[in-house]
Amino acid sequence: MAKRKAPEVNAGSMADIAFLLLIFFLVTTTIETDSGINRKLPPMEDQIDPPIIREKNIFTVVVNKNNQLLVEESLTDIKDLRGLAMDFLDNGGGSGEEACDYCQGERDPRSSDNPDKAIISLKNDRETEYKVYIAVQNELVAAYNELRNREFARLNPNLGISYVEADLIYSDPRTSSDDKASLKEKLDVVKLLYPQKLSEAEPSKVN
Amino acid sequence: MAKFNKKKSGDLPAISTASLPDIVFMLLFFFMVATVMRDSTLMVQNTLPAADQVQKLDKKDRVIYIYAGKPSSRYVDTYGTQARIQLNDKFGSVEEVGAFVLAERAAKREELQNVLTTALKVDSDTKMGIISDIKQELRKVNALKLNYTTRVGDYTQNFN
Repeated sequence: MAKRKAPEVNAGSMADIAFLLLIFFLVTTTIETDSGINRKLPPMEDQIDPPIIREKNIFTVVVNKNNQLLVEESLTDIKDLRGLAMDFLDNGGGSGEEACDYCQGERDPRSSDNPDKAIISLKNDRETEYKVYIAVQNELVAAYNELRNREFARLNPNLGISYVEADLIYSDPRTSSDDKASLKEKLDVVKLLYPQKLSEAEPSKVN
Repeated sequence: MAKFNKKKSGDLPAISTASLPDIVFMLLFFFMVATVMRDSTLMVQNTLPAADQVQKLDKKDRVIYIYAGKPSSRYVDTYGTQARIQLNDKFGSVEEVGAFVLAERAAKREELQNVLTTALKVDSDTKMGIISDIKQELRKVNALKLNYTTRVGDYTQNFN
């Protein structure tokens, strides 16, 4: 028998196969970015003498094990939390050196002196559900953001963006460094007007 | 003057497509390498709570992930229904969180070690107790930047 040459395999469809694979990987690649609420934990070392804070400058929020909300010692619905927190932060009840000239609150002497002094204290139970805790955190951050938006719009009337949008642009890696520098200045000013002072107590143990 | 006969115009020589597979393969390899499928298999239920005041968590190389929640149905027989912490591909106890964070931190590039964020991906039905424990552990190892990863949505979705 004569030796027959093996027929050559046609490689013309190789490109098609490779394209198919390529498209598969292109489609399945999800460059998703997570998002969430950023928080900073306090460092571990104990403060030797904690600063004295007047009762009226503290806004207490307690979430109990049944996911009920106690704001300033009264049972509250979460819908009202944002408004209450904003009223408290924006109160500006101080006088003299502690006065707050940009606050638009009621200047109630029983509530906070100025946003720099105002502290929101959040306490939860070990049995509190995480989703409720996140909802509360969300509303408190929202209160700060709304006030910051207002001040940002007042200080930069012709910029046409809000504080939150500006912060988004600032943290976008595609923003040029010049824009970043000018935005950072504006953001820092507003951050100083309404500093986020959110303190979390260690949760109570259930007996 | 037959010597200078012009070539017949009209039939252009076909461009060789022999190198096309090579080019495509090159692209293919690029995408295969660049695709990060580092999502470790979830062993816990992980329905994130909703929030709308969120900040993006860019730059994945600066993030350490910690998962927590009830073990998913496959693991209920072995691990029960109590909420557990998942570190990489296995369940861990609260005491292991600190060591895990330190190990992850040591594995990162040196210039990133001070700017790391810990992302907590916690199931929405988890009780706060375990999260407080994690937070205490994070404070002990000085990993203070924290992100509660959420899905984007109105907070009222958390109540039902």
